[in-house]
Amino acid sequence: MKSKRVLMQGNEACVEGAIAAGMRFYAGYPITPSTEIAERCALRLPEVGGRFIQMEDELASMAAVLGASTAGVKAMTATSGPGFSLKQENIGYGCLAEIPCVIVDVQRSGPSTGLPTSPSQGDYMQARWGTHGDHPVIALSPSSVRETYRLIIRAFNLSEKYRTPVIFLMDEIVGHMREGVALPAPRDLIINKRHISYHDGANKQCYAVPEGEFVPAMKPFGQGERYNITGLAHDVSGFPTNNTDIAGALYTRLMEKIDRNLDDIVRVEEYKLDDADTAVVCFGGTARAVMSAVLEARAAGMKVGMFRPITVWPFPAAHLRARLPGLKRILMVEHNYGQMLLEVQRVAAERVPVGFLGRWDGTVIPPEDILQKLREMEGSAHAE
Amino acid sequence: MVGMKKLVIDPAWCKGCGICAAFCPKNALEIVGEKVRLKEDGVCVACGACELRCPDYALWLEDLEE
Amino acid sequence: MPSELVHKFMRIDHLPHIWCAGCGNGIIMHDVAVALQELIDDPSVPISRDKTVIVSGIGCSSRAAGYLDFDSIHTTHGRAIAFATGIKFARPELEVIVLTGDGDCSAIGGNHLIHAARRNIGLTVVTFNNDIYGMTGGQYSPTTPTGDKATTAPYGNLDRPFDIAQLAAGAGATYTARGSAYHARETTELIKQGVLHKGFSLIDVYSVCPTYYGRKNGKGGAVEMLQWQKEHMVPAAAYYAMSEEARRDKVLVGVLSHTEHPEYTQQYTGLIERVRAQSGK
Repeated sequence: MKSKRVLMQGNEACVEGAIAAGMRFYAGYPITPSTEIAERCALRLPEVGGRFIQMEDELASMAAVLGASTAGVKAMTATSGPGFSLKQENIGYGCLAEIPCVIVDVQRSGPSTGLPTSPSQGDYMQARWGTHGDHPVIALSPSSVRETYRLIIRAFNLSEKYRTPVIFLMDEIVGHMREGVALPAPRDLIINKRHISYHDGANKQCYAVPEGEFVPAMKPFGQGERYNITGLAHDVSGFPTNNTDIAGALYTRLMEKIDRNLDDIVRVEEYKLDDADTAVVCFGGTARAVMSAVLEARAAGMKVGMFRPITVWPFPAAHLRARLPGLKRILMVEHNYGQMLLEVQRVAAERVPVGFLGRWDGTVIPPEDILQKLREMEGSAHAE
Repeated sequence: MVGMKKLVIDPAWCKGCGICAAFCPKNALEIVGEKVRLKEDGVCVACGACELRCPDYALWLEDLEE
Repeated sequence: MPSELVHKFMRIDHLPHIWCAGCGNGIIMHDVAVALQELIDDPSVPISRDKTVIVSGIGCSSRAAGYLDFDSIHTTHGRAIAFATGIKFARPELEVIVLTGDGDCSAIGGNHLIHAARRNIGLTVVTFNNDIYGMTGGQYSPTTPTGDKATTAPYGNLDRPFDIAQLAAGAGATYTARGSAYHARETTELIKQGVLHKGFSLIDVYSVCPTYYGRKNGKGGAVEMLQWQKEHMVPAAAYYAMSEEARRDKVLVGVLSHTEHPEYTQQYTGLIERVRAQSGK
């Protein structure tokens, strides 16, 4: 099959990409603005031999996804803010028990029920710290429908490779936007299969990490392994322990499996940055207005570029740090009260001044506001 | 003989709750020092009631060796 | 070495278990192991050990998953049935057994219980129902009788208790039964029937918690609490032979409801076949 061009909504591209990645189980609960993902899964999964279930609540859909994954099936759920809050409990279980899965959060505006149909990027910090306790996180954020298709495949690949839940942080802008997408031919896609291994009956160290690896191989239920999974701190056999040395080593390994593989996990888009003295940092759907503002600024003679984390967690600190020597200023643009801003400020560490343009009222930041903010920043620099 | 059983007790597994002794139909068991044992004059008929109700798996029936 | 059954179907390295002396949970876990052994050993029954998964939530009851030597998953509080739904729905060929408690399955997990029952998904749920939150030290649960005391009901419990089996039956469970720690043989049979039943099965087994419930409520220790079960809980044949007057203070040990309805995962398998036939895929 060759690549084909279709008109598609971001939420639909998310489903088609997930199916291409091998997702065959979806459990979810209706919530705006992610509902189209559930609807398309209900329609499409049976066609490919997969299974869709609408659960009684968000807690249950996250639990069912983890259950399906332990049974050996690539699984996904999708939600939005209020549901993302409810899913946090079992996302933490997935982190500790190392169960691969993908959680899509199509962000909407405000705390609580907020503005259900309005765009936002207010769950950025929640994606990192939403579930309790220190835990590893990978979160990816697409800025177009086309990117959604390819990036959700990457989300599954990273989830399988690192045996961890991956957050797919969409926003209402991308989720509900329709664009022409050239769907790649299946042979052009790289799909990670689950890393499975079986031990002999005597050696049931199902959480032992082989030499040279950073995660244990997965052993799906129903194959005669007879092993145990728990959300308690556990030893390499998968059984609970109160030994703080063993628990500490486990927690450290969970963090290090991400921290030591940043080159593999972290991706950014750097646009017109090579000669830029100003970097606009943004992620997700916000990038569209930023891209437009960058072009207008360039046309006006300003040396502006865009730095866009595609992997939003872990934050691409090394990539941004490498850009600092050439920069006079950074502008963070995001649809929240200033969340990724904190990461950018941490990295800039007062070597480069960081300005902020945010919006949290459910409306979209237009390119002209970004351009105006860039002019203000440059003007005030000249005035000094 | 086929089907003949005998009672086996492992005091290490016993937590001394006394359920086995209380519901033994032959009153053949006793708890001494928080551990179960067969009474000296106890007549065990190997009915297995104690095995079914022991929460700690400290006593059970085994096939008699011929 | 303990009995052959314990050696074969439990994880000896992790025993003795953490439950208190006289806790009914150890008896019920034994019932589950015996039931599974008898089914697995029966050549006429298509249940294999390697295709059996034990799922539990959080609480005293839920430690059982770690002691039984099967594929096992000890999940989050209240979510055992939701995890189990994911496992069963993803792989309908697996036999999925949920071991849970009264708090785990009827308070924090109540929503999952009723909806799994409504779907009639082929899970077997065994509740270790001890009328109390034991793991956290004796707080009242949805099955603590009205008026009884708990650490969070020092003046007596105002709540009315749930009958978990009737709750499940009302929600659409196609097999519900009640067992007790005392009635080990009968309970084992009820669990076997529940596993064999095609659809959602729930066996509500009255456990005993002498440590936090019995002592606090003047119900004595484990022996006295099992004695109450012996006197007040009556196996079906004897129960139905009693007059209505005699039954008044008695509790049935046996099947409460048993109906036939298509099982959920099989229905979905049929849906997949229909959709694929129509779309020619």
